[in-house]
Amino acid sequence: MTSKQFGDLAPGEVYGSQGLTPLLSVRGLRVSFFVDEGIVRAVDGLSFDVFPGQVLGIVGESGCGKSVAMRAVLQLVEPPGRIVSGQILFRPDPSRVIDLAGLAPRGASMRAIRGAEIALIPQEPMAAFSPVHSVGDQIVEAIRLHWRQWRPDGPPLTRGEARQITAELFRDVGISMPEQRLDAYSWQLSGGLRQRAMIAMALSCKPRLLIADEPTTAIDVTTQAQVLNLLRDLQRKYRTAVIFITHDLGVIAQIAREVVVMYLGRVMEQGPVDDIFHAAKHPYTRALLRSIPGLQVTPRVPLPIISGSLPHPFNRPRGCPFHPRCSEAIRGECDERVPALQPVGERQRVSCFLYHDVEAMS
Amino acid sequence: MSSAPGARVTTPGPLLEVKHLRKFFPVQKGFARRVVAEVRAVDDVSFEVHEGETLGLVGESGCGKTTTARCILRAMAPSSGQILFRTRGGTVVDLAQLSRKELRPLRPQIQMVFQDPFGSLNPRMTLLDNVGEPLLVNGLRDRWARRERVADLLRLVGMRPEYMHRFPHAFSGGQRQRIGIARALATEPRLVVADEPVSALDVSVQAQVLNLLLELQQRLHLTYLFVAHDLGVVRHICERVAVMYVGQLVEMAPATSIFSRPRHPYTAALMKAVPVPDPRVPSGDVALQGEVANPANPPPGCYFHPRCPFAIDVCRTDPPELRVVAPGHLARCHRADELSLEGIGPIDATARVG
Repeated sequence: MTSKQFGDLAPGEVYGSQGLTPLLSVRGLRVSFFVDEGIVRAVDGLSFDVFPGQVLGIVGESGCGKSVAMRAVLQLVEPPGRIVSGQILFRPDPSRVIDLAGLAPRGASMRAIRGAEIALIPQEPMAAFSPVHSVGDQIVEAIRLHWRQWRPDGPPLTRGEARQITAELFRDVGISMPEQRLDAYSWQLSGGLRQRAMIAMALSCKPRLLIADEPTTAIDVTTQAQVLNLLRDLQRKYRTAVIFITHDLGVIAQIAREVVVMYLGRVMEQGPVDDIFHAAKHPYTRALLRSIPGLQVTPRVPLPIISGSLPHPFNRPRGCPFHPRCSEAIRGECDERVPALQPVGERQRVSCFLYHDVEAMS
Repeated sequence: MSSAPGARVTTPGPLLEVKHLRKFFPVQKGFARRVVAEVRAVDDVSFEVHEGETLGLVGESGCGKTTTARCILRAMAPSSGQILFRTRGGTVVDLAQLSRKELRPLRPQIQMVFQDPFGSLNPRMTLLDNVGEPLLVNGLRDRWARRERVADLLRLVGMRPEYMHRFPHAFSGGQRQRIGIARALATEPRLVVADEPVSALDVSVQAQVLNLLLELQQRLHLTYLFVAHDLGVVRHICERVAVMYVGQLVEMAPATSIFSRPRHPYTAALMKAVPVPDPRVPSGDVALQGEVANPANPPPGCYFHPRCPFAIDVCRTDPPELRVVAPGHLARCHRADELSLEGIGPIDATARVG
């Protein structure tokens, strides 16, 4: 190995981003599902960093492993899936580094982090809230469970105090009449309010890292715009780092600062949002951007498409996972070897042989 | 392109004419199931769809767009109004008045493509049976003839006919949507009602299905009623756009006109809410505030006034009429003439980019 690859950086080493230490560094993460028919490599060597206060967007089509990767970060991958290898290094403060991949999913240390230090906004708030408990009670329960996040040395919070905090949170996320809404059930709330309540719950334990897994996919555009604005404001206010997962390139363009493009469990391209949208390097990113029916396309004229379809999970192509659908694939190269994620230019990283010499790789 | 405006074959009248369509759902309460209120899901909607064109029906969830589509298909009976459909023979019938039996011979001419490619195919039937079912129902009893026809249909939507003995689970979302389209086309319909046909699909697959819909329209001279919430998709595929809000049409115009200059503040707000896939275009700060009005108890005056940034006194008291504000451009707004609202860019100006 001649050049140092992104994935080879040591935990303390800093890559880009003004010399900041990343809050979360994922290194060579592999998550596989061991089913009767074979092994599905849902996440296949994923590496990325999230810096404090940064919004990282992860974009990819269904089946690219973006949600599985996030479940792995929270140690929520359920059998038959498991983390095969890789590191998930979390730094709650500069002196502590925890490898989440090494923690027991049900152990005390993981449970102290999950929901408290790292919170999740799930895609479907309807399914995430319990229908038989009021939304207020569910948030109060979370706050009392993780009371140290609010009062590190004091006595545990009482119900009344937790309820007070919840009402404040509801006000923060723009729920009117918060006291009344605390006693509402999730099914009594509209889609927008439910998602706001979910955001309140995610923020209820002052997380350092917020994982938003397609938080606006199930709601209307006007409500989506409200929720995105809200997330943006709260992120600025609390300086929470956010990993924002979506398949919607429009949403990514509007909310993320750094973007990771995934395909079949691997990072195809990574860089600042402006470079991804205006100077995309990887053929997959470029093809994806071209296929959006939007302002750049003449109406009623066929859209440029990505030929073929996603391969069956048991049938991962050899070499670069995208090569069978790639219009620029190099025969004998892309179908043989897997390109590594390497820097191109100052700020972008691409895993594509069009940008890397073969010699430098092997 | 045969579908370009102006090049269309002139027909004596529209293929579909919806007049004053209403669909109210009763809200019942108590032991006696007393009707305490009515949800005005569709409230006096009128529009025309011409042969060979694509009309987009747009709005947020709960605005009545799907109910309108279902009434046209007569999957439900409208409360009142007319649904005039020009049959293949040239006679005009009112679908709203027909009985189940009278509807049967007309049903092959109006077909539907569903949103969910996973729920809309029978998982226990092979593609042959899924796509062949409408043929069987409509009297094609000969198994071999049916097989031939299904093979043709699968080829038409870009699938290999060899797959016809497989079950839906073997296919991806995009392929299943193709199968759903093949099934809708089995009876050679003239009007295809597509209810959010691409909103469950990924971007790259969505592009493939949109291309297929456009191609089929040209080849088979189909007419689409395209129900969708994604304005990017609607702008790409529709020639005319109708916007609904709380059961009413609030604006209807040719796509070029509505996207370059919307006349109703709601349409403009919808356009502004769509996140632009370009980080250099700042997101609109003035996202629409508040929630959609309750269709069981809509506000007085203009239904949109509580959320409208341009509302004046008259909006709070007098319900506006849907009126012509420019050639071919209808809007339901008191201030349609004075407001200068921003669209998402004139279509011609962007046409140069390939």
